[in-house]
Amino acid sequence: MSINNIFDVAGSGMNAQSVRLNTTASNIANADTASSSTDEVYRARHPVFKASFNGMLGHTKDGTESTDESAGVAVLGIIESDAPLQARYEPDHPMANEEGYVYYPNVNVVEEMTNMISASRSFQINVDVMNSAKQMMQRVLTIGQ
Amino acid sequence: MGINFNDYSGVNESALNLRSKRSEILAGNLANADTPNYKARDFDFQTALNANMDGASLTGGHMRMTHDRHFNVGGGTIAGAPLQYRTPTQPSIDGNTVEEQVEHAEYMKNTLEFQAAFTLLNKKFKGLTNAIKGE
Repeated sequence: MSINNIFDVAGSGMNAQSVRLNTTASNIANADTASSSTDEVYRARHPVFKASFNGMLGHTKDGTESTDESAGVAVLGIIESDAPLQARYEPDHPMANEEGYVYYPNVNVVEEMTNMISASRSFQINVDVMNSAKQMMQRVLTIGQ
Repeated sequence: MGINFNDYSGVNESALNLRSKRSEILAGNLANADTPNYKARDFDFQTALNANMDGASLTGGHMRMTHDRHFNVGGGTIAGAPLQYRTPTQPSIDGNTVEEQVEHAEYMKNTLEFQAAFTLLNKKFKGLTNAIKGE
């Protein structure tokens, strides 16, 4: 029944948005994590979303029981940002290298805040969708009563 | 006098089925509101309802996948109505055509119409029960 698929779809949406919130939290928390070399410094992380046509949500893929009209969300992976790192001249810093430079992450806090708002709004919408699917299902159960 | 359930429940059963199908598609649109290059989809309810009343099955017209490496192209039809792509009023830079406010409004409208179809269908069954009991 298609109402059951709504739970899968909205659930995958909530899952994806919570991964996004997670990376945002990690980015903001590490926005000022200094490091003495460019290799060790924290880089901003972002998830990559992809529409997954129900094959990934556990349905048959031979096309007989086709339920692929609706699409959930799959998180393909997490990428690290290529944005330039911030090198600051702070010779007094305990992490400073021989030339006196400290490297700070390439986290853009403004971008992270907008990501956070967008992710939590999208999460809420998926919760709404799931709630009304639940109401629809509960009503169906009362048929004939 | 025999009662044919299909004739008796009439349009309401088809409507209920199609409404739940449509809510699934709209839920998929909302879930993919942040997916780059995702195109919002929907189908024409009127066409689907008419076709479903004429006996079209709820799903059909899919590409059959006979090999592991075949792509799942999706698409297909809902009871004879083609699954179409929505035209966005404000296209976004990442190729996504989901407009959350539009989809949300459609989803809520669809839920209400589902409840309306349900209420009518429920009334039909209640009428039958009353006739059986003779109260």
